[in-house]
Amino acid sequence: MKGPEKILLAHGSGGRLSRELVEQVFLKSFSNPALEPLEDSAEVKAGGTRLAFTTDSYVVTPVEFPGADIGRVAVCGTVNDLAVKGAVPTALSAGFILEEGFPMALLARITASMRKAAAEAGVPIVTGDTKVVEKGHADGVFINTAGIGVIPAGLRLTSAAVRPGDVIIVSGNLADHGVAVMNARNRLGLEGGIKSDAAPLNGLIRAALAASGGVRAIRDITRGGLATVLNEVSGACGLGAELEEESIPVSAATRSACALLGLDPLYVANEGKLALFAAPAAADKILKAMRRHKYGRNAAIVGRLYREKRPQVRLKTAIGGSRILLMLEGEQLPRIC
Amino acid sequence: MKSAERFSSPLWRDRSMAASALAEMEQLCSAAAERTGGRINIMEVCGTHTMAIAASGMRRLFPKELRMLSGPGCPVCVTSQGDIDLVLALAAVPGIIIATFGDMLKVKGSNGLDLNALRAEGADVRVVYSPLDAVELAASEASREVVFIGVGFETTAPVVAAALARAKKRGLKNFSVTAFFKLVPPALDLLLSDPTNRISGFMLPGHVSAIIGLAPYRFVAEKYKVPCAVTGFEPLDILTGINMLLKQIVAGKPEVQDEYFRAVPEGGNPAAVKLMGEVFVTSDASWRAIGTLKKSGMALSPAYASFDAVKRFKLKRSDAPEPRGCLCGKILLGKALPPDCPMFGKACTPSSAVGPCMVSSEGACAAWFKYGN
Repeated sequence: MKGPEKILLAHGSGGRLSRELVEQVFLKSFSNPALEPLEDSAEVKAGGTRLAFTTDSYVVTPVEFPGADIGRVAVCGTVNDLAVKGAVPTALSAGFILEEGFPMALLARITASMRKAAAEAGVPIVTGDTKVVEKGHADGVFINTAGIGVIPAGLRLTSAAVRPGDVIIVSGNLADHGVAVMNARNRLGLEGGIKSDAAPLNGLIRAALAASGGVRAIRDITRGGLATVLNEVSGACGLGAELEEESIPVSAATRSACALLGLDPLYVANEGKLALFAAPAAADKILKAMRRHKYGRNAAIVGRLYREKRPQVRLKTAIGGSRILLMLEGEQLPRIC
Repeated sequence: MKSAERFSSPLWRDRSMAASALAEMEQLCSAAAERTGGRINIMEVCGTHTMAIAASGMRRLFPKELRMLSGPGCPVCVTSQGDIDLVLALAAVPGIIIATFGDMLKVKGSNGLDLNALRAEGADVRVVYSPLDAVELAASEASREVVFIGVGFETTAPVVAAALARAKKRGLKNFSVTAFFKLVPPALDLLLSDPTNRISGFMLPGHVSAIIGLAPYRFVAEKYKVPCAVTGFEPLDILTGINMLLKQIVAGKPEVQDEYFRAVPEGGNPAAVKLMGEVFVTSDASWRAIGTLKKSGMALSPAYASFDAVKRFKLKRSDAPEPRGCLCGKILLGKALPPDCPMFGKACTPSSAVGPCMVSSEGACAAWFKYGN
């Protein structure tokens, strides 16, 4: 089977085509031991210190939406990519590609929002870059952030460490970010005050790690949603996963919006949610610690990992049925009727 | 959002209510099977039902005598290859902006290309959530031609009618649509007129019925003696709808029942029907795998003929063949299930779809694939 000859939008959706692009193009060119695990951030050594290092580019239309803006997302996304490896973020960079004509006042609001998010995460933005392109050659503003952080000695969080019987904890209500952006982008007028969840999760992760040594791996749930993250983890650790639909936190407003638009909340993007994989004996302690944190109030145990010949991610539905959750195929598009 | 919550409250997914509905279904189904002497084939006509059934994982909870068949009710799936080719030809006209629902982006033309591929080549294709957005787009891009791709059934047609009425009122000369709309009742008539059909009952589409009401389906129960239940889209709606059909089979009294009465009044939505009557006229329509079916579609009425994109850009429809080896046609007619197709899950997956039933998010093949039934 031959892939597409040109880049399609679906290559950026976080689903299967994104994965193929990374493996067949980028990994092929850049392959090295730090890159190969393809986790949220790479681990590199400097002197005797283990550093987590990551980068991400942000492209969102509109740049401001209920609950957050492109700047907040750009800071939180990179902080979270570091934090899920257990790293304590040390410093961030910020690069801006600006389109000619972009309003100065809007840029000032975005940078103020970045400053606020960085302060909340306790990490400075220490270097940056600016490019301006002609009108029509970019869509307002694109932001790239990179970050480094120090991984505490002895801590190794990786999907490969997940064991049969481990529980899956989700840190809160899913799908709010994707629905909030879609609502703002298309002026859908959905009510219910659905807001982006963009948030730095390093504090929440610190609390979870302090509560117990039983944390095996943490993933931030972004593009492609929980279903895609679980498929990646399942692939990395060679185990199946089973979720209980009823225990997965989704707000009533977001659930209704997804039903209306024909979207599956398990595939919708988040910017302030994580999935944590923990030894069963440690789960309650970790859950309690997470629920005490403001970004983990709705945390819940949503399922567990188990040994299986052909590992897959299964969902036990509310009415007692069951189905397989695959990786996101292409973009999630709203339906016709 | 309050009103939306009324339609999808957690009550409609309640496990104990589902369990009792399933227990009742077990009994009804064996009684029905005894009466009919075999398997019970219920056709869900609407793609949204196909997806809802798959998403709730209920198929494996059904009694063994019960089989759900997907019918010709997925807007993308029933659009003929010739019409798809017209859409792609429109996208290739320089300067045109195509405004479409997202579902159409991945349907392949007979040349193997889809709108996504044309977009990567430079075609201007925009996903809209409502045809009214396409009208606004035309108003703001006065120097460009905006074509809205109209496909679907009695559900989407009224909104497109509203968009056309608005465009006409505002005197927009750069807005046009493809009117590839289909009507559900003639498709049911065609299915039932085939003496080899195996349909024991129809789960009728809630959305379409909210527009046209119950009367257009009466012939199914009266002429063909096949039970009907207009059904909603939550898991308990579907279980209740199936039980309504089974009860009709057991009693031997086919009729048109309304499980989805919280959304579907018996008379439908007269204002929407009136608007459709102004903008569209009943016409012959070309269905995938079925061919041209008399009086089964909606074309633009004379008052709106100038908004016809196919005429405006002088395009000719060709009779393009279906993709080779693709079973979409049989699947749409309830004569095959997706796994019966040799390409299913192998040459044909959602990211390398051969036939429209795999392309559309509401297609039977996509539902079977995505939810791993």
